[in-house]
Amino acid sequence: MRDIFTFSLIASTIRLATPLVLAALGGLFSERSGVINIALEGKMLAGAFTAAAVTYAADQKLHLGNASPWVGLLGGLLAGLFIAVIYAVSCIKFKADQVVSGAAINILMLGIPGFLSGAFFLSSGSTPQLPKDHLLPQSPVIIAFAVLVMVALTWYVLYQTPFGLRLRAVGEKPEAADAAGVSVSGMRYSGVLIAGILAGIGGAYLSIGQSSLFTRNMTAGRGFIALAALIFGKWRPVQTLLACLLFGFTEAVSIQMQGAVKLPSGEDIPVQFIQMVPYVLTIVVLAGFIGSSRPPRALGVPYQKEK
Amino acid sequence: MLELREITKRFGDVLANDHVNILVKPGTIHAIVGENGAGKSTAMRIAYGFYSADSGEIIVDGQVRDIKSPHDAIALGIGMVHQHFMLVETMTVAENIVLGAEPGSAAALDLKSAAAQIRQLSEEFKLAVNPHEPVEHLSVGQQQRVELLKALYRHARLLILDEPTAVLTPLEVEEFFGILRRMREQGKTVIIITHKLSEVLAISDEVTVMRDGKVVGRVQTKDTNAAELARMMVGREVLLRVEKPDPQIGETALEVRNLSVLTSTGAKRVNDVSFAVRAGEIVGIAGVEGNGQTELIEALAGLLDPAYLTGEIRANGRSLNALGARVRRELGIAHIPEDRHRRGLLLEFSLAENSILGVHYRPPIAAYAGDVFLDDNAIRRRATEIIEGFDVRPRNAALAARALSGGNQQKLIIGREYHVNPKVLLVSQPTRGVDIGAIEFIHRQLVGLRDQGCAILLVSAELEEVTSLSDRLLIIHEGKIAGEVDPKVATLEEIGLLMTRGH
Amino acid sequence: MTKLARELLFPLIAVLAAFIVGGILILLVGDNPFDAYRLLLGAALSWPDGIGYTLFHATPLIFTGLAVLVGFRCGLFNIGAEGQLYIAAFATAWVGIVLANRSAWILVPLCFAAAILTGAFWAAIPGVLKARFGSHEVINTIMLNFIAVALVSYFTQYHYKAPGDPIMQTVPIGAGAHIPRFGRFIPSFPERIPLNVAFLLALLCCLLVYLFLWRTKWGYEIRATGSNPAAAEYGGISIRKQIVLAMAVSGGLAGMVAINEVMGYRYRYYDGFSDNYGFTGIAVALLGRNHPVGVILAALLFAVLQHGGIYVDGFSEHVTKDIVQVLQGIIILFVAAESFFKWLVGRARPLPRLRA
Repeated sequence: MRDIFTFSLIASTIRLATPLVLAALGGLFSERSGVINIALEGKMLAGAFTAAAVTYAADQKLHLGNASPWVGLLGGLLAGLFIAVIYAVSCIKFKADQVVSGAAINILMLGIPGFLSGAFFLSSGSTPQLPKDHLLPQSPVIIAFAVLVMVALTWYVLYQTPFGLRLRAVGEKPEAADAAGVSVSGMRYSGVLIAGILAGIGGAYLSIGQSSLFTRNMTAGRGFIALAALIFGKWRPVQTLLACLLFGFTEAVSIQMQGAVKLPSGEDIPVQFIQMVPYVLTIVVLAGFIGSSRPPRALGVPYQKEK
Repeated sequence: MLELREITKRFGDVLANDHVNILVKPGTIHAIVGENGAGKSTAMRIAYGFYSADSGEIIVDGQVRDIKSPHDAIALGIGMVHQHFMLVETMTVAENIVLGAEPGSAAALDLKSAAAQIRQLSEEFKLAVNPHEPVEHLSVGQQQRVELLKALYRHARLLILDEPTAVLTPLEVEEFFGILRRMREQGKTVIIITHKLSEVLAISDEVTVMRDGKVVGRVQTKDTNAAELARMMVGREVLLRVEKPDPQIGETALEVRNLSVLTSTGAKRVNDVSFAVRAGEIVGIAGVEGNGQTELIEALAGLLDPAYLTGEIRANGRSLNALGARVRRELGIAHIPEDRHRRGLLLEFSLAENSILGVHYRPPIAAYAGDVFLDDNAIRRRATEIIEGFDVRPRNAALAARALSGGNQQKLIIGREYHVNPKVLLVSQPTRGVDIGAIEFIHRQLVGLRDQGCAILLVSAELEEVTSLSDRLLIIHEGKIAGEVDPKVATLEEIGLLMTRGH
Repeated sequence: MTKLARELLFPLIAVLAAFIVGGILILLVGDNPFDAYRLLLGAALSWPDGIGYTLFHATPLIFTGLAVLVGFRCGLFNIGAEGQLYIAAFATAWVGIVLANRSAWILVPLCFAAAILTGAFWAAIPGVLKARFGSHEVINTIMLNFIAVALVSYFTQYHYKAPGDPIMQTVPIGAGAHIPRFGRFIPSFPERIPLNVAFLLALLCCLLVYLFLWRTKWGYEIRATGSNPAAAEYGGISIRKQIVLAMAVSGGLAGMVAINEVMGYRYRYYDGFSDNYGFTGIAVALLGRNHPVGVILAALLFAVLQHGGIYVDGFSEHVTKDIVQVLQGIIILFVAAESFFKWLVGRARPLPRLRA
């Protein structure tokens, strides 16, 4: 068991947790403003695909060399933003059911990247592989630092600025915010768009930071794990970060430590059981077994000015 | 200061405001009165920017203004305190007050200076609050003060108050009037929306009367009286007494002994209440809303978690404590709920499907294949009997309940509950939001049921209704029975005192 | 305009809109949308292969569509159909493997039971969690999907796989657990097409679900709970019971996908067999306006897309089968934005109110 805390495992945890943290923080802004974000998965996929495709294009067509991944990152960010706009308009302006819209976006994102990659790259869903020096920084220290900065920023914005106060009010009791002159839809748009940006960045990191290309359905449920981490973290920035680290850790363990952690009988723990851990934990937390989990009160309810 | 000219607003089929003209002079307390649904709240919400009028103009300080949202209204110095408070419960007083107008910069929220400013306003208007207290810990009266401070913080010159005394005890109402007078002295203009005529006469300078979406009169308060205002509100002489024969009283049908209802925090909403209702009588419970009536009725109907109840409930000799809502119905206890949209109806379902709610699971409604399949004919028969017997309009059992007016919905519910020939009937606010014609019908039905031997427990916030219908009258105050009076001889002062002081 | 016409109009608009947007996308990547669509529809409607495969693909969608429908009618969002069908499929295969030597008289009913009861059980878990603890079924069902997939993968890999088999699948089930394909009864219909009697079972389930929801007292209670839980409670209905019951019925329906897949097609459990049946079931239920007849129509539509999509992928230069998902997603988006279209068409009747 001593082997568990090797440097490589910690580095692995940080790398694996990063897209989760980004997506979860995005989800936090959205859900705190009252909009459920099932579509994190779709936004991440959009970001991942676009980042990889744009980086490739920047490199091959524009010959930007080492600057390509940053252009790709921007592309991923914008892609997440674009999807978020569709989601926001659907839920906020048209008052569509948020879960249904989110599911729609996820289904769409299963198809669109493959469709586009088939069109542009004549492949069955992947983008071409990128050379190692055209990826985002790999050092865990840099990444950890960036992530901590994001978390700190999120905390500050949420609790120490008027924007954050209004955002939280809109998620708890939109009528009160409306009566006070705050634009409910404006704040909710902000929340969802920020979610799109952050999730897009998270997805971008997945394709051009953690690996070197985009493959079909690359996120493999990470958007949902990010959502689970958000719930586990009780919709608070620091706790969400810890939840993401925990989930990242279990993923790292399931990859690296096959064979290192054994049952008392001497057998290996099958990888599937380690994979299950985040999901089981989330259910347990949501049922209130570990502290009370109270979401923003107006979460999931479209704001109607009736009566 | 404020004028609404030819304001018209339609919600779907309903014409909420029909060429409404209201003129409020600066530095006055102006009352807008009317029954529920008269359009008073709508008009004021248009003035505050919550809704936008279909046509008409809003004139502030002599200039026509385009108020598209509360933001615009606030900028013009208009503030509004709503009937249902618009406060974020989990946030503190200070956070609620400054929301939308936060001191400090966009990058840093300055709650300290907010607290200081709040204390200043508190002093000026004698509205004592603790800025750092979470709103969910405050009493109703304190929350109202927070709402007032919210408007004052934004330098409101005109305050619109929607049914401000609905949740206050008579003592708190007096304090509240003091606050209003102080505001008038400070040069503020106040509009209160209310349907309580006694308060209008006590505090206002001018009154605008609305009925069915139209303005039907505008008078100086000193020139008018309650009867005249009532006549304008209703359109004809209001009959304040219900004709009813003497009750034929039988055995005790419902007995409540030392009943208490607790909240999850341990507070007692109903506090050691005991009383009995006999067959053939109507026992009324009068009190300001929010004193435990809702919890009492729901406890008797079996809709509350037994873990939060202590004491005993017995019906016809049997203990009900452990029994759920369905079994209580089977024992002959029917219930006309306070909130017909929330409890009483499945709005999306047809009238026919609503008419069987509560009896849907047994014959004659569920009759085929081991009492599982529903018998369409039986359902139609029942629906028709209720619709025709209780004058529910339109007479179409296939219509969705949502399509009916409040009065017709209430008649459907009452017909449904009657149809089970209850031995005990729990009734709460039976004529809220119901038009005059239906009110008289409903009152007659209640008395009729009483005369058939049913034991009726009637809860109502309308003093006239509860005093004229009841054979015995209990007053509830902060969860306790403050006293019992004979409704035929008790004066409104006597009752009011019990409602206020609790003794 | 009659009520029926009004009900049909809206989904039709959604589908049409989706095809238009899809067509634009196809144009953008350099293909002719009309060609693509002609390929798609032609492939799906040819005899016998097109129709056969389309109906075969429609079968699981009808089951999951019904599953989601029942949940919606109780105000519940069952996103867990995917997990429920996976675990039911494995359980069905397990019974078929363990009792492989028995006759069909024993094996078929037992396998049916395994499919239905396992699905029901897996769905009852989030039902109980919601009824007892109030935790939201959306998240719980999503989590249980992942757990189901992991569990089933574990059992397949470590216990029921044929040794040395590189494919993640179990050993075959006994012959007694096979259910007949259409080819057995219809002379000109080849038996290689996997369309089997499970399709008829699916249609039967539509009828049963209709009867259950609208003609029995249990269905009344479920619908009342979905429409207004406070009023249902007032009427003596136990909300908690309804939640668990509705979820269980929903899960049982989703589990029946196993019958089509394991007993009628692959005759074993094949890891990853579900082509997003669970999620597509949501689209089917919504497009079908949460009514059994609508579910059949919507399932057929999506099956046409699914089968046609594979064809288009093979024959078209630039268009891949992902176009199917794109079309599906757009359809759901439009269905979800119903209120906008209501405003366009000028009539108001919202979806059943979904509990938040």
